[in-house]
Amino acid sequence: MWMLENAFLIPLIPALSFAVILFFGKRFIGADRVHVIGITAVSLIWVLSLVAAFQWTQRVEHPSPDAIAQISADGHGDDHADDGDDHADDGDDHADDGDDHAGAAMDSESGHGGGHSSVLISPVVTTYSKWWSNGGVDFAVGTHVDGLTVLLLVVVASISLLVHIYSTEYVKGDRRYVHYYAFLSLFTAAMLFFVMAQNIVQLVVGWELVGVCSFGLIGHWWEEKPNTDAALKAFLTNRVGDIGLLVGMIVLWGTFGTFSIDGINAAISASPGTQHLALLVAACCLMAAVASKSGQFPLHTWLPDAMAGPTPVSALIHAATMVVAGVYMIARLYPVFYDGFSIGTSSINLMALIGGFTALMGAGLAFAQWDIKKVLAYSTVSQLGYMVMALGVGAWTAAIFHLFTHAFFKACLFLGAGSVSHAAHHTFDMRKMGGLKKFMPQTYWTFVIATLALSGIFPFAGFWSKDEILLGAKVGQQNGYPLMLIFGCAVAFMTAAYMTRVVWYTFHGEYRGHGHPHESPKVMTVPLWILAGMAVVGGAFNLPGPVLEPFGLEGLAHRVQTYAEPSVYLSGLGLSHPDPSLSMALIGLGLALSGIIVTYLYFWRKMGPHGLTERNKYAKAGYTFLENKYYLDYLYNDIIVASIKKPIANGANWFNQNVLDKAVNTAGESARDSGRWIYKWIDQGAIDGSVNAAARGADASGEGLRTIQSGKVQNYGQLLFGAAAVLAIVFVIVI
Amino acid sequence: MEATGFDAWVLTLAVFLPLVGALIMMVVPKAYELEVKLIALGSSLAALAVGIYILFQFDYGSASELQFVVDKGWIDIINSRYIIGLDGLSLPLLLLSLLVVPLCLVYSWNHVPSPGNTKAFFVLLLILSTGMNGSFISQDMILFFVFFEIVLLPMYFLIGVWGGEERRYASLKFFLYTLFGSALMIISFLALFFLSKDAAGNPLQTFDMRLLTDAAGSGIVKTTQVWIFAGLFIGFGIKVPMFPFHTWLPDAHTQAPTVGSVILAAVLLKLGTYGFIRIAIPFLPEAAVAWAPWIGLLAVIGIIYGALGCLAQKDMKRLIAFSSVAHMGFVMLGIATLTDFGLNAAVFGMVAHGLITGMLFFVAGSIKERYHTLEISRLGGLLKSAPHMGWILGFATMASLGLPGLAGFWGEFPAILSAYNPGAGLSEELFRTYMVIAAIGTVLAAGYLLWLYQRTAFGEPTEEFADHEIPDVSRNEWIAWVPFLIGIVLFGVWPNLIFNLTDGVVSSITANVEAVVAGR
Repeated sequence: MWMLENAFLIPLIPALSFAVILFFGKRFIGADRVHVIGITAVSLIWVLSLVAAFQWTQRVEHPSPDAIAQISADGHGDDHADDGDDHADDGDDHADDGDDHAGAAMDSESGHGGGHSSVLISPVVTTYSKWWSNGGVDFAVGTHVDGLTVLLLVVVASISLLVHIYSTEYVKGDRRYVHYYAFLSLFTAAMLFFVMAQNIVQLVVGWELVGVCSFGLIGHWWEEKPNTDAALKAFLTNRVGDIGLLVGMIVLWGTFGTFSIDGINAAISASPGTQHLALLVAACCLMAAVASKSGQFPLHTWLPDAMAGPTPVSALIHAATMVVAGVYMIARLYPVFYDGFSIGTSSINLMALIGGFTALMGAGLAFAQWDIKKVLAYSTVSQLGYMVMALGVGAWTAAIFHLFTHAFFKACLFLGAGSVSHAAHHTFDMRKMGGLKKFMPQTYWTFVIATLALSGIFPFAGFWSKDEILLGAKVGQQNGYPLMLIFGCAVAFMTAAYMTRVVWYTFHGEYRGHGHPHESPKVMTVPLWILAGMAVVGGAFNLPGPVLEPFGLEGLAHRVQTYAEPSVYLSGLGLSHPDPSLSMALIGLGLALSGIIVTYLYFWRKMGPHGLTERNKYAKAGYTFLENKYYLDYLYNDIIVASIKKPIANGANWFNQNVLDKAVNTAGESARDSGRWIYKWIDQGAIDGSVNAAARGADASGEGLRTIQSGKVQNYGQLLFGAAAVLAIVFVIVI
Repeated sequence: MEATGFDAWVLTLAVFLPLVGALIMMVVPKAYELEVKLIALGSSLAALAVGIYILFQFDYGSASELQFVVDKGWIDIINSRYIIGLDGLSLPLLLLSLLVVPLCLVYSWNHVPSPGNTKAFFVLLLILSTGMNGSFISQDMILFFVFFEIVLLPMYFLIGVWGGEERRYASLKFFLYTLFGSALMIISFLALFFLSKDAAGNPLQTFDMRLLTDAAGSGIVKTTQVWIFAGLFIGFGIKVPMFPFHTWLPDAHTQAPTVGSVILAAVLLKLGTYGFIRIAIPFLPEAAVAWAPWIGLLAVIGIIYGALGCLAQKDMKRLIAFSSVAHMGFVMLGIATLTDFGLNAAVFGMVAHGLITGMLFFVAGSIKERYHTLEISRLGGLLKSAPHMGWILGFATMASLGLPGLAGFWGEFPAILSAYNPGAGLSEELFRTYMVIAAIGTVLAAGYLLWLYQRTAFGEPTEEFADHEIPDVSRNEWIAWVPFLIGIVLFGVWPNLIFNLTDGVVSSITANVEAVVAGR
């Protein structure tokens, strides 16, 4: 399992590639050829991540004795915490201190949901030399590799590779081609570093680093102010969430006394419920961070603006990878949230509510956009909400599975939008498109496939993952989550509808732009087809058992669940999996189909109430409300930020100049005045008569100093001794 | 344990070599400008070489103990001795100080600001260097005080002669304000001298900081301790500067010549925080516990207030100056927690702030030299006019707002972290409130820094300067800046370089505080 233990190589390679591109790219390789380095590096990590994924599956399928954390008869863990506590400082491979269940066979029982193994596989936690020590606490740096990690590795490396290739054409001849590729490499490195963080401080570090790459890439064309505004907005909104991140992580550290992810998870899993209050606080704080990074209400407003960046960047960072960092963090620290929000026992909680509401809200906003990238951005917001909601109802695997499928089909949609814009005069305005189907069939068909996947049409990837989420909401854990199910169903319908609208405006009807649109070159369409291919078959990675039974392939059911789910932590919480349900699948499919059909009738057949928003004042008000994005931007920019920037900051400054500084100056001036008074009335008047000669001498030297220091020396002296006298008196009185 | 042989001389050399250089320069006629400059650079580099020697000779295994100790008679009549020594707390600050001065000399090699006079300018920088170096290694309070005061005069002249339009007002204010603090400080020193008793109850009557650390305020009743601490608090607090004693800082920074600002930010402010960790807390642990909530309060006020002040500024240099108030707030918050975590963070924050804010002032100075203004609204498009400088500004901005992987983060994050569990029985609720406020401060920091960057570096150059040729980073600027940039990355990636040094010292300080608080 070499790759799992040396996973640090994976982020290291793109980090080196970043340095090489930035410092040597222009001079030694040529500004227009730096992509060679980037693509080479990412290809390498793509291979390595596949190796890591393969080795992880081997670890699960044929666990060596040291890979087994414990065998639990009932799926509930008990003693994992004991060997989880000392990871931060023992510097050993986690696997080494596993217990000695030698020869334990993989006793795969077909539990509920199928494939639920009773053997719990421990993650590969590798700890390198201490990073820093502080107050006797050694703080290690290392990697934490398990199924979730390798899944993210594969997703990030794959999408990054395709985006690297696609970009060679899309940003060809750009004024900052070198910087573009340098930042892509840096982002990839930071994201991979984040994904395999061994402890929560590394999580924070990776979290911030991907944020700064996002900032740099959104503001890639910084000559235009709207772009830099968008970049600043993204960064600052994320900083707001980072308050929660910092505080939440600190609470976790304070509660468990360790930074190690493994240690924290294992401790909660070993004794759920004992630290409920601290976990509730931590979970709420971290939720703020999730809201900012993963575009959840109410901190989602930066994400649509982030579309100011180059489109491949939107595909990579603002659709497939960085924005799922929040979802990933919840999944990574799931025991914290599970216990903190009482996911197992409640039937509604903050996370599910935020996720569900965000999903609904994003879908609503997607209808009112004319910019194709903004539709996709709101769609991303909505789908991220779906994932958060899934995690909120306890459907861990469904959320991660959706993360996986979504990454591919959403990247496909974004790159498709980029292809369209590349062809049609660099516009993203759908009002200037239309009829592109016949000009760019490859883009069209890949876009349609991805749309079907996003809408959740059988048998495309999104159908399977969305179905699991709906099922998860319906069944829940101890209680169902009926409200979440309603939200989820509504979103399923809306998603299909707004995506059909996009397809109509972009590809059907008459071409409304100018010039002659053309199909994009192969270097762009091939990545599209690869992604579209994943949008078709992506669902196969977690098919439910009953689907596979007729083919005798039950062994391949629920692979994502089997490999990715960290049951070593989750079983201790008593997390259960719902049984597959045909009726739920049919309902989900029916909703998606009806969304497509209704929209089809509306646009293609011109049926339904066209022009309602002009005629009906309520409809119009609703549309305006949507068009203005619920006025959240107005609230944030014009009310909160503007008041801090202007009145509050200026007030503080006024206070500084006119109160504090005034006091200082007044003190100085009164010291000077009293000095003058003493000089005039006491020194000159009383003493001077008797020591005339001496005084003249002092005066002369005073003149000398005065020329240097404009006569202020006496004042310092007076102040110095005045102050000394005051304090001396105080001392005399007190002591 | 006194040092012997050459080791007994190294600290003295590190402190006084620049002064020797200054004395030699004074006898060389002004006309030999190159020679004068070379002597200045040579002596400061010689001091730096001694510093590097120390770096290699230092026993890292016992970083918590004073090394290279010299203890000789000095002013016998008041029992003040020439005691110098260096431990893990002094080492990073001494090296920072040794490094900054030659870089400042290189930076101003051919660019001594109006009214010129390279010789005088360089002589003052060297005297300043001696004062700063000496402050960090003195182990006798009178010696410390002398070095502490030596710093004032050269800086006063640097601002007053080579400064901007309002230089007289600013230099006067700087001098007067700091001297005011010094007066209170020396009274407190005297009180410590007269009141401290050893374990047996005999009066110590010593300025030896080692003995006073061991005494830890024994023999002084708590109310008196609190008063003595107040004197130290104001003396050091003005230097830091802490809210509300900070008003000299924006004026001094704005008016000072570039290297003056750099040294002020990089080293001078640290004298205050260093004084808290080296003197105020270990000498008077009980008073430190009593004062800690107030220090913490002023620290978090400083964080928010400094950030708000930044947002209101129209002048780039003044903005950076206000950012110092906010950043030093994080340092003071770390100190106020009285935990090893917090004190470590504070020392890290001192070094990080020195490098980062020093770098920002360098860039601001170079912008001023090119545009002849620092008014933010008139700047713009720096990335286009001078790409390298624009990038460096961006880098320093990111470092300043506490990006992980760069030095600033390791001063900020552990300081916030330490407030979760304050030491010595301090109120958790109170410090956790401070923690949240400090975390909010990081958002404001990102705000003012990125807005600054957006307005100065992004976009197209303003019409006013559209046709101007703006030269990019010059050779001397590269030489002066690269060590800063390397330091920012190095400490960011490998924070243990500093934590490793300071951990032992601060652990023994906090252990002492805990023991004293528990014992009485």
